[in-house]
Amino acid sequence: MSPPVAPPGWSRWLVPPAALSVHLSIGQAYAWSVFKPPLESALGLSGTQSALPFQLGIVMLGLSAAFGGTLVECNGPRWAMTVALVCFSSGFLLSALGAATEQYWLIVLGYGFVGGIGLGIGYISPVSTLIKWFPDRPGMATGIAIMGFGGGALIASPWSAQMLESFGADSSGIALAFLVHGLTYAVFMLLGVLLVRVPRTEKPVDSGPSVLAGPQVSANQAIRTPQFWCLWIVLCMNVTAGIGILEKAAPMITDFFADTSTPVSVTAAAGFVALLSAANMAGRIAWSSTSDLIGRKNIYRVYLGVGALMYALIALFGDSSKPLFVLCALVILSFYGGGFATVPAYLKDLFGTYQVGAIHGRLLTAWSTAGVLGPLIVNWIADRQEEAGRHGAALYGMSFVIMIGLLVVGFVANELVRPVHPRHHVPAPKEAAHVQRHQSESA
Amino acid sequence: MSSGTSQSPPSPDRRGLIAFAWVWVGVPLAYGLYELVRKATQLFTG
Repeated sequence: MSPPVAPPGWSRWLVPPAALSVHLSIGQAYAWSVFKPPLESALGLSGTQSALPFQLGIVMLGLSAAFGGTLVECNGPRWAMTVALVCFSSGFLLSALGAATEQYWLIVLGYGFVGGIGLGIGYISPVSTLIKWFPDRPGMATGIAIMGFGGGALIASPWSAQMLESFGADSSGIALAFLVHGLTYAVFMLLGVLLVRVPRTEKPVDSGPSVLAGPQVSANQAIRTPQFWCLWIVLCMNVTAGIGILEKAAPMITDFFADTSTPVSVTAAAGFVALLSAANMAGRIAWSSTSDLIGRKNIYRVYLGVGALMYALIALFGDSSKPLFVLCALVILSFYGGGFATVPAYLKDLFGTYQVGAIHGRLLTAWSTAGVLGPLIVNWIADRQEEAGRHGAALYGMSFVIMIGLLVVGFVANELVRPVHPRHHVPAPKEAAHVQRHQSESA
Repeated sequence: MSSGTSQSPPSPDRRGLIAFAWVWVGVPLAYGLYELVRKATQLFTG
């Protein structure tokens, strides 16, 4: 399947909504928790069992982005968005069948396995195309799309809850909700499939530098460079630090101010979690766009350096001032989102646009690793501290010190990033012909 | 006298399509943000 080339006069401002239609849909994954309590009561599941479709979905996201990236580069964004649409939507339809027949394994297979492939392919589908359309502002362009992934949960969470309230939280109500989700997301994502185009020329009109300017490195070669692994560490550390707050946000704010004159209620804690989601989403577009102005390395210095400082402030003074605690947590979460959204542009700077989507897919394994590492650290330490008889802010002190350490490791890894050595570059067409001629002459 | 240069046909006006595409994604996003703001205010009122 050849990538759809834009006709003359096609506007590049049609590409971000195409990307958003996919990312706003697949971002639903982070609202899976809405389905957990109804599934538990309707099908008699434990909390661990009801989390299985989401967990498998995230694993499949990482795997399909890592292994499907090259296919996405070869077949183009329309093919990738079609695969994402079919997988994500049919994942819901299979889940509907599973709920209707009370066969939970079908929900795990549908939402987790099939839908998870849609998540991974959908996540990387617009990245390379957006960078090609916006070579002058790659951070802003990928920031818009990846902001959509954060926005997807904001839409799905109240929408799914409302649907379950209307249809009922029994197995037939859940099945109907899954069915409506599958059909609605298919129609919504169709806009992306129909609108997405790759630019006709290597330099879209009025878009600044050519997309083929600078180094071009293949995905297979990129993973053999130290730059790729430095960025892998940077992303992994930044995400782990963000998850450190996100994972236990509600109990954390409650524990921090439990012994003060202004304790935080359960409702207020829910408001705090919502505010963190807003910071996560805003950081994706705001910081990623800023990186176009101040440079990718500098913005990661901010994410990791200022992030460590924010953790230090929470650890030292967090329990004495609620506004300070909230402000620091919001900044950390905005850096968490910013880190996700800026990384495709960082990859483009280092490896060029040649196979940036595939390289991005491989880098997302850092996200999967952090997804395990972050919650593990925070939960394990909080449990140990509780066993030791500590309470309040003291439950989290050690976690914060570890998070600061991880951010410092990420900071050092970012400092080690240098331009990729020319021996890793794909030869330019003229150069390749010269090399070929030279080889045949010397044969 | 002919100028000797060929003129490409004018590109179709895509402003309507651009507006439609942004509304398509903007409306659900606005709904999500509205619900978020409603919930976030609980931090200060709850």
